[in-house]
Amino acid sequence: MAYSDKVIEHYNNPRNVGQMDKNSSEVGTGLVGAPECGDVMRLQIKVNPDTRVIEDAKFKTFGCGSAIASSSLATEWVKGKTVDEALEIKNTDIVKELALPPVKIHCSVLAEDAIRAAIGDWKKKNTADNQAAAVPVAVAAN
Amino acid sequence: MSTVLSEPKLPAGVKLPIYMDNHATTPLDPRVLEAMLPFFTNKFGNAASRNHSFGWEAEKAVDLAREQIAKLIGATAKEIIFTSGATESNNLAIKGIGEMYRERGNHIITQVTEHKAVLDTCKRMEKLGYRVTYLPVNADGLIEMDDLKRAIDDKTILVTIMFANNEIGVVQPIAEIGKLCHEKGILFHTDAVQAVGKIPVDVNAMNIDVLSLSGHKIYGPKGVGALYVRRRNPRVQIAAQMDGGGHERGMRSGTLNVPGIVGLGAACEISRLEMDEEATKLKAMRDRLKEKLESNLDFIHVNGSMEHHLPGNLNMSFIHVEGESLLMGINDIAVSSGSACTSATLEPSYVLKALGLGDDVAHSSIRFGLGRFNTQAEVDYVADKVVDVVQKLRELSPLYEMAKEGIDLTKVQWQAH
Repeated sequence: MAYSDKVIEHYNNPRNVGQMDKNSSEVGTGLVGAPECGDVMRLQIKVNPDTRVIEDAKFKTFGCGSAIASSSLATEWVKGKTVDEALEIKNTDIVKELALPPVKIHCSVLAEDAIRAAIGDWKKKNTADNQAAAVPVAVAAN
Repeated sequence: MSTVLSEPKLPAGVKLPIYMDNHATTPLDPRVLEAMLPFFTNKFGNAASRNHSFGWEAEKAVDLAREQIAKLIGATAKEIIFTSGATESNNLAIKGIGEMYRERGNHIITQVTEHKAVLDTCKRMEKLGYRVTYLPVNADGLIEMDDLKRAIDDKTILVTIMFANNEIGVVQPIAEIGKLCHEKGILFHTDAVQAVGKIPVDVNAMNIDVLSLSGHKIYGPKGVGALYVRRRNPRVQIAAQMDGGGHERGMRSGTLNVPGIVGLGAACEISRLEMDEEATKLKAMRDRLKEKLESNLDFIHVNGSMEHHLPGNLNMSFIHVEGESLLMGINDIAVSSGSACTSATLEPSYVLKALGLGDDVAHSSIRFGLGRFNTQAEVDYVADKVVDVVQKLRELSPLYEMAKEGIDLTKVQWQAH
């Protein structure tokens, strides 16, 4: 498989690798995928409670180079955005940016799911009635 | 360790990229090429031309190759049928025996880790009304003789079990299988593509009736293979699957690929003379690689029995690292992975799954295939590089982090997609 230069670049220099305290009320954690499917992404965001701006993001990914690149890119893109703006990020944007081939589109879907799951987790922690937690997670293409 | 960021100097004996995928194919031995060359140009005759020297010259070369191949497996020259490769050999053996012995029975026994050339042929036989039993393998990748005994019934005409597996290098109990089949009067075919020229193969001592082999796995050319077909005790008959000029005792029509056949013969001759020494060398290098990886990494798993194993094979899973991402990191080394991402079907290796390994372990597997032209310096380079990349990817792996924290990953509720 030939990888795009951007995928290789993210693979060689992944951005924002690491973890944050998942128990912190400012941190939202999304863990998506499954080991038997060959990819698991954990994306975490740290949100300013006043401005709702994502001030930091971290990830760890088990998966192919495209999955690593998709999640690395996702952390770059969410940083500095408000949670509502971050929810606008679509998997197709990731496909376009990384020039992913059709067989790797599921990697971008997983990255979008990870963003939504992290935001959902943060909202759940920061909503009194827990109602707003229902952020729809895109149905992954199989 | 130098911290200067410059192009690292490669140790002597290492030239990149390193080829360590010798189960997929092998480079042509220069000695084989030399033997072949005249048959592309001056000696271009058709081996079936009976009335001029061009034909005689080609036929003589083909006869020598037949001798060389037969000698390597303990057969006689007349028992060697040339084909286009082992896929054709396997098809011809299974379909040809099925058709020829249809009145005697319709039951075929094989096993689940066979190459697709056998499994898919068996599926075709099922469509044609044959019954096929697919024996399971144990965690070591070996079939159980008791399973085979139980599977045999009065309609069984053929047992087809591979000699050595192409992914995990596990060597099946061929002599025992042959003995049992011989006692029961059932024909025994073996796909010996990975075994011939690598470990001793003797069709008489092992009671093998039909055997498939290929040129390009033994430092010979691609596009040529052979089928050994026993001529006595019993005399095996095979129905031709291709109609034409009645070449190869009527079993396989088509003008012989003389240069390819000369190459296959030369490759067999070299293997016969050098096999013992080569196997010792390969095994030492394989064990060195295994030892280096095991002593530097945790969470690794060796796939398949190491006791019944090809000398040049090592199949290892680097748990919590996905195989394709590992291949990407070691892109100056040519190896294979059982990861779904590297396969056309997006399914992880069916061979590894047959051993009872979870999909996650199969996704993390790498097959190292050492061959004649690998050096110990290359082995050391590969070991260091793999350790380095696995460590780097584990820094990135949420699964490794969780496992290190003592979380049981099988108990996590994953969101499968």
